[in-house]
Amino acid sequence: MAEAPFKPRDLRAHPPPFYPDYRSTHFRAPSHALLHYAPTATEMAGPVFGQGMLGADDDDLIVNYAAAGQAALGPRILVHGVLRDQDARPMPGKLIEVWQANAGGRYRHKKDGYLAPLDPNFGGCGRCVTGPDGTYSFRTIQPGPYPWPNGGNDWRPAHIHFSVFGDGFAQRLITQMYFEGDPHIALCPIVQSIPDPKGIDTLVARLDMGQTVPMDIRAYRFDITLRGRDATYFENFKDGT
Amino acid sequence: MKETPSQTAGPYVHIGCVPRFAGLRGMYDGQDLGAEMITGEVAGTRISFIGAVYDGEGAPVTDAMVEIWQAAPDGTFAPEGFTSWGRQPADAQGAFRFETLKPGAMGAQAPHILVWIVARGIGLGLTTRAYFADEDNSSDPVYQRAGSRAQTLVARAVEGGYHLDIHLQGPKETVFFDV
Repeated sequence: MAEAPFKPRDLRAHPPPFYPDYRSTHFRAPSHALLHYAPTATEMAGPVFGQGMLGADDDDLIVNYAAAGQAALGPRILVHGVLRDQDARPMPGKLIEVWQANAGGRYRHKKDGYLAPLDPNFGGCGRCVTGPDGTYSFRTIQPGPYPWPNGGNDWRPAHIHFSVFGDGFAQRLITQMYFEGDPHIALCPIVQSIPDPKGIDTLVARLDMGQTVPMDIRAYRFDITLRGRDATYFENFKDGT
Repeated sequence: MKETPSQTAGPYVHIGCVPRFAGLRGMYDGQDLGAEMITGEVAGTRISFIGAVYDGEGAPVTDAMVEIWQAAPDGTFAPEGFTSWGRQPADAQGAFRFETLKPGAMGAQAPHILVWIVARGIGLGLTTRAYFADEDNSSDPVYQRAGSRAQTLVARAVEGGYHLDIHLQGPKETVFFDV
């Protein structure tokens, strides 16, 4: 019944804890290297969510904070893709949560004081659960780029934050989706802290004219891959430990 | 295929994951996911699991989000009446509070809570564990792995529960794991 343990995580595929050009890492990066252990029964399990938890407009940021009959301002987009593991297996029934700035690049947060105005009809958060084939989608408005305090003239590329659950807590992932063609991607230390340019490329959503609805909404495609499994990976892995 | 690279949760993770706390009125029927862990009648000891997150200068990490995943008192996960999973924001003092049940042991593993921290400046979510000062942790394999720094994983008993501060950096730096 028990599935094979998760593959070891390739830490080189992720941002290092300390990255000089990203100032917030200076006092938040642990000095010690992460200590490795193979997933135990604890990390192999995780919370289970389902479609039943969702409200009708949870996956529609265009209207889920708007007054009745109103809608958020900005370019209407449909973001969709497939959630898989590293073995290319679709992952059904998994919770994806998203949050983002509005079309002007302003977050609905008391600590965001950017000049761009709040949109009274845009909250900036939503969620969906992957279908039987691992697919997900949500509607939103394209967020704007914005400046951020990092010691210089720093602007974030337009992005949407993603929080993703897998089968086991060891697959838990938070990341950001960017938009094809955004010149700020190459300039942003948060993006460029990912060592491998091919890894960065997987965070860049592509315009998808195939799913774009004429006279209605443009589509962007963003696939997500969580850790896979390795039947040969039994280091320290036995029932209960 | 490679795992999708992680990116920081940024300073506004509370909007997306605990919108009620962040002041987004009416989202998700006013319920923050993971706020309630005890949903029915479950045998065991109710505890508050509290602490705070600090950076390398001792400043509270007020934009952090903390998630926990743990066994129920009987050593199983998510039995009827208990979710095993909790999510809480750090507040203006960097503090978090979970109302949960004391986990049971699982085989060679001593009772423990898996703790996951994300925030601005954290590129890949940080995983650690909380053990309990009033348990024998000495033969737990993960506790042993932490060696001379294992004390950073031990929550101390306080009235009504247990307290564990998390230090991202510095002389009291918590042990973080690559699992």
